Amino acid sequence: MITPIKTWRFHGGVHPADGKALSNSVPARRAPLLERYTVALQQNIGAPPKPVVAKGDVVKKGQLIAEAGGFVSAPLHAPTSGTVGDVVEVPGANGGAIPAIEIIADGKDEWGSGLEPIPNWKNTDREILKKRIADAGIVGMGGAAFPTHVKLSPPPEKGIDTLILNGAECEPYLTADHRLMLERTEAVLEGAAIAAKILRVDRVLLGIEENKPDAIAALKEKAGQYGVTVVPLHVRYPQGGEKQLIYALTGRSVATGGLPMDVGCVVQNVGSCAAIRDAVVEGHPLIERYTTVTGTPVVDPGTWILRLGTTVEQALTFAGGVKERAAKVIMGGPMMGFAQTSLGVTVTKNSSGILLLQWKETSGYTSNPCIRCGRCVRACPMKLLPGPVSVMVESENYDEAERNYVMDCMECGVCTYVCPAKRPLVQHFRRAKAEINAKRRAAKAKQA
Amino acid sequence: MSEEIEKNTVVLPEPGSLVLSTSPHVQDGDSISRIMLKVLLCLVPAMAASIWFFRFDAVRILVYCAAFCIFAEQGWTMATRQKPTVGDFSAAVTGVILALNLPPGAPWWLCAVGSVFAIVIVKELFGGLGQNPFNPAAAARVALLVGFAGPMTQWAAPATGSIISGATPLGAVQLAKGSKEAMAALGGPEQLKALFFGSVGGSLGETSALAILIGGFGLLCFRLIKWQIPLAMISTIFVFTGIVHLAAPELTPGPVYHILSGGVMIGAFFMATDMVTSPMTALGGLVFGALIGVLTCVIRIWGAYPEGVSFSIVIANALVPLIDRFCYIRPFGWHSHSASALQIRRGEIK
Repeated sequence: MITPIKTWRFHGGVHPADGKALSNSVPARRAPLLERYTVALQQNIGAPPKPVVAKGDVVKKGQLIAEAGGFVSAPLHAPTSGTVGDVVEVPGANGGAIPAIEIIADGKDEWGSGLEPIPNWKNTDREILKKRIADAGIVGMGGAAFPTHVKLSPPPEKGIDTLILNGAECEPYLTADHRLMLERTEAVLEGAAIAAKILRVDRVLLGIEENKPDAIAALKEKAGQYGVTVVPLHVRYPQGGEKQLIYALTGRSVATGGLPMDVGCVVQNVGSCAAIRDAVVEGHPLIERYTTVTGTPVVDPGTWILRLGTTVEQALTFAGGVKERAAKVIMGGPMMGFAQTSLGVTVTKNSSGILLLQWKETSGYTSNPCIRCGRCVRACPMKLLPGPVSVMVESENYDEAERNYVMDCMECGVCTYVCPAKRPLVQHFRRAKAEINAKRRAAKAKQA
Repeated sequence: MSEEIEKNTVVLPEPGSLVLSTSPHVQDGDSISRIMLKVLLCLVPAMAASIWFFRFDAVRILVYCAAFCIFAEQGWTMATRQKPTVGDFSAAVTGVILALNLPPGAPWWLCAVGSVFAIVIVKELFGGLGQNPFNPAAAARVALLVGFAGPMTQWAAPATGSIISGATPLGAVQLAKGSKEAMAALGGPEQLKALFFGSVGGSLGETSALAILIGGFGLLCFRLIKWQIPLAMISTIFVFTGIVHLAAPELTPGPVYHILSGGVMIGAFFMATDMVTSPMTALGGLVFGALIGVLTCVIRIWGAYPEGVSFSIVIANALVPLIDRFCYIRPFGWHSHSASALQIRRGEIK
């Protein structure tokens, strides 16, 4: 008899049309080898990695091409064997151009990562495992791209007692984590067990939305062997938001301005767990990932195993191109992803999806006055007052916005999604947060 | 591009045609005009009831008020060279609610004055939809009641006949004041049944509690109003008048009579709940509704006017910023021990 695990319901949230049926039943396909990859030199939060190869160098698949630029940084590895080309500029997913190392493939695709497999990780020192994760360049693959080894090094006084695996995949359309959990179930669970060993915790909870019954069944069958508890959760965006997920699974709420470790939790994306397993057990650094290429205009939507440095153009070509006009190309999901104007954007460690939307599916903003209907207040998962705060931002009253906790906004976009006046609420908050951060930096500089 | 298509028949989006904007990229389809159309739909039972009871008079007043409101808004936006806003249907909603607040004998000029006052003075001069501190229909009714007391209290019996003596149920209460027997007679089952179904005198929308309840149920189903406001308002009136009735039966009829008569129902579901002029939070809604309830009872029992719903709504509207100030919600993850200097400034921590 399995006792149901207690879960908590976070405030607000929405359930947009999720579009997951387009791609969730298609097994992930491995993309064919390309002639050329452009590996962007900024794929993580923190310091950018520093290149360690020069033009003309011959590299093996998985060989280090850029080393970590500090503790909060992650190295990069060659996606295939071949020759190093120029450092070129590619469009970044967040706008602007970023440098990228060009790798010209030799077609042999020979491994040579220099990382020894550690199949017997259970009897291996925790520091060695942690170093391996750092060397393999693993970052949070759900979107934030925060280096995983940093997350796995919490200060001991925080008393970490729970490892949470984020398999919620609450963003509409995306099915990469879904396919990964279904197809690489044991890799996810083994990676979680390695992370749990590093953190010295025995409570490992995997939160997954109920709309993935096949993945839940597959995970439940194997989870016991790895000491993981699978917890199905309500289908509600943003169930996979870090603070919302911790609350849903443990009932603990991360304080305003706090971090998950303040409540004894470390959250890892399931994709990062599979990458941890590959790095430790196989000695393979992070050079490829599950990415969903989807949207109604796409001819053959599905999840692809893409190497880092693949361009959006190439990924769309694998998916057969488009059958009707696409108004938007988005890196990520429709709620938090970044719209692109160039198909030269490359797949990075946090590219969970490439989404194409038709004109009629996207929203335009005409920004009518707030009619105070309060839908944003009911929907905000951080329990803020988006409508009134947006009025403060419109009048550039940033102090008042700060007093109303605008800095707690995680930009999930729920308020803008529900607003009948079509106000660009989250866009106002981004502006306010940037202004307040600039003010804080200026105050700090003045003090120093 | 065309060569490539012929080569492998893969069509890619043209980069030049892509739209760049920040997330979120999707929205639920609701808009202000759809909200207002839903409100109009929920007003249909009340409009139908008013036409049933007052026949052509009701049609005349509904058409006048809706038309004058729409003209007033269109005229104002044209005169001030603003973007036309009649397309959001909020003027039509104001017109219909104002019509439901007028007596069946209201002349055309009363409709015109009320509509222009509601739209231009109460709404547009404050900045248009979303900026008005007072509910336009409630404020217009108050203005007409004070300024044109004569035509505003010219009551006609409904076409179906009324069993309640006196022009309106609340007028009957005024007449019965001081007599325990007369009050008890008002609260009889026949009278309450008449109040519930609507064959009594009064403003167009004040007669049938049933019709308003059907529309109110629709508003709740569409999630257009906070349930806290009608609940708090009606239950406060019920409890308040119940206590007064028990303590002094000669002063007021029973609580059921109060909640079914006058503007309580239409006020609770259609006027107090106006999004623009009610508090944003759930707790604020409870406070706001209770405040209207108490004010209504005080005016009805001890005031000079037989009815006080619209006065109470306008007074409570003025207090909304204050209610919002005190009934805020704390953000997710707020702990007293994590309070920052910001929260001290905000007055949350002593």
